[in-house]
Amino acid sequence: MVHFLIHEAADNVGVAVVDIAAGADCAGRNLTDNEGLKAHSEEAIQLGHKIALKDFKVGDSVIKYGCEIGTIVKDVKAGHHVHTHNLKTKRWA
Amino acid sequence: MANRKVLGYRRENGRVGVRNHVIILPVDDISNAACEAVANNIKGTMALPHAYGRLQFGEDLDLHFRTMIGTGSNANVAAVVVIGIEAGWTKKIVDGIAATGKPVKGFSIEGKGDTRTIADASYQAKEFVQWASELQRTECDLHELYISVKCGESDTTTGLASCPAVGNVVDKHCALGGTASFGETSELTGAEHIVASKAENEEVRKEFMAAFDDYTKLVFDQRTNDLSESQPTKGNIAGGLTTIEEKALGNVEKLGKKTKFVGCLPPAVAPTKPGLWFMDTSSAAAEAVTLWAASGAVVHLFPTGQGNVIGNPIEPVIKLTGNPRTMATMAEHIDLDVSKILQGEMTVDEAGDALLDMIVRTANGRLTAAEALGHREFSMTKLYRSA
Repeated sequence: MVHFLIHEAADNVGVAVVDIAAGADCAGRNLTDNEGLKAHSEEAIQLGHKIALKDFKVGDSVIKYGCEIGTIVKDVKAGHHVHTHNLKTKRWA
Repeated sequence: MANRKVLGYRRENGRVGVRNHVIILPVDDISNAACEAVANNIKGTMALPHAYGRLQFGEDLDLHFRTMIGTGSNANVAAVVVIGIEAGWTKKIVDGIAATGKPVKGFSIEGKGDTRTIADASYQAKEFVQWASELQRTECDLHELYISVKCGESDTTTGLASCPAVGNVVDKHCALGGTASFGETSELTGAEHIVASKAENEEVRKEFMAAFDDYTKLVFDQRTNDLSESQPTKGNIAGGLTTIEEKALGNVEKLGKKTKFVGCLPPAVAPTKPGLWFMDTSSAAAEAVTLWAASGAVVHLFPTGQGNVIGNPIEPVIKLTGNPRTMATMAEHIDLDVSKILQGEMTVDEAGDALLDMIVRTANGRLTAAEALGHREFSMTKLYRSA
């Protein structure tokens, strides 16, 4: 079973494609080249929500589809949930 | 991909439609009651009540007439009864629709009252609907269908599965000489560079960027505080989308991998040649689909993540989702399930082929989920206050 997907190799977040429990070893896949990836969840992540694939510091850019989707506004460790509580738009803020 | 056939209605001007509506079209809001009475009298006709049409002026009035005339001119419409409060604007819309060669007749209420207008218009509507009921579907090429695309209640699965499936169809349809259109101007924010890179030439690129910059300015000029209250929407956020950039990057997957767009259209203006077109539209589903129907689109492809329920009275809206939870909770609204893409059990190319099959079935007469459920959202776009 695939737990998360990324769009491009440069992506630093994955999208959960099943409900991921906290503390799970997760299998991922890159949609562009079908490469396998691994991650470990530190908290529960719902289907459709994003998992951090690296440690982020405030001011870091989040990359998805190989493009910037916003700025980290609260430090995030790998395996944690990335969403409105720690990621903000660069465009409509 | 081989050329495919559909059974459509070839109209007087050569355009191919997939539905055979007889519509009762109000020129203005105060003629809604008469139109609804006619549609109630004459079975098989459909009134299209709406909120506007009085004391509009300038570009806003132009858009009103364009939407009315375009809706009546759509190839999914066999014949039209137009009812307005006064004769002048009624005639303007009748003449615009008559240019297609299809049967159309106007009635005005002033000096006569609702009751006599309803009686006269009902006699005419009965003639039209009986005439239309004898029209036969004939074999047409699939690529003769003008297809519009827009997503709604998006989430992260939209960008992973349902929008790429639509993009795959856009590539295949346009490669065969088909016409398609995308829009949602403000919702391209964060992916506008990708859209710009898909313009066929520098002139088209500049035209797109000008429309995009104009809309962005409008949104910023009117904003109260943080726009992320409405873009992404609450539904988008519940589905995992965090920012407008992320939403936009998923949205533009609908444009396909290979297709360049050939031009930019103001709202409710018909494409002038085959290929993919950008139309300057709102991102609100019912408003945008109403504009595309008025530009002549006969089938709409609507990817959804969290489950949008929209339909349109003129063009069938085919909905697809890549979200297995939405399939479990809202299956009655979905025409095609592409959620197997998430586990790699279906490729985007296979999903595109399945969607093409659904387009052919819908064109041949299969009712969409939205049609069966009675979703006929007809929402006029208004640019500013009336005089």
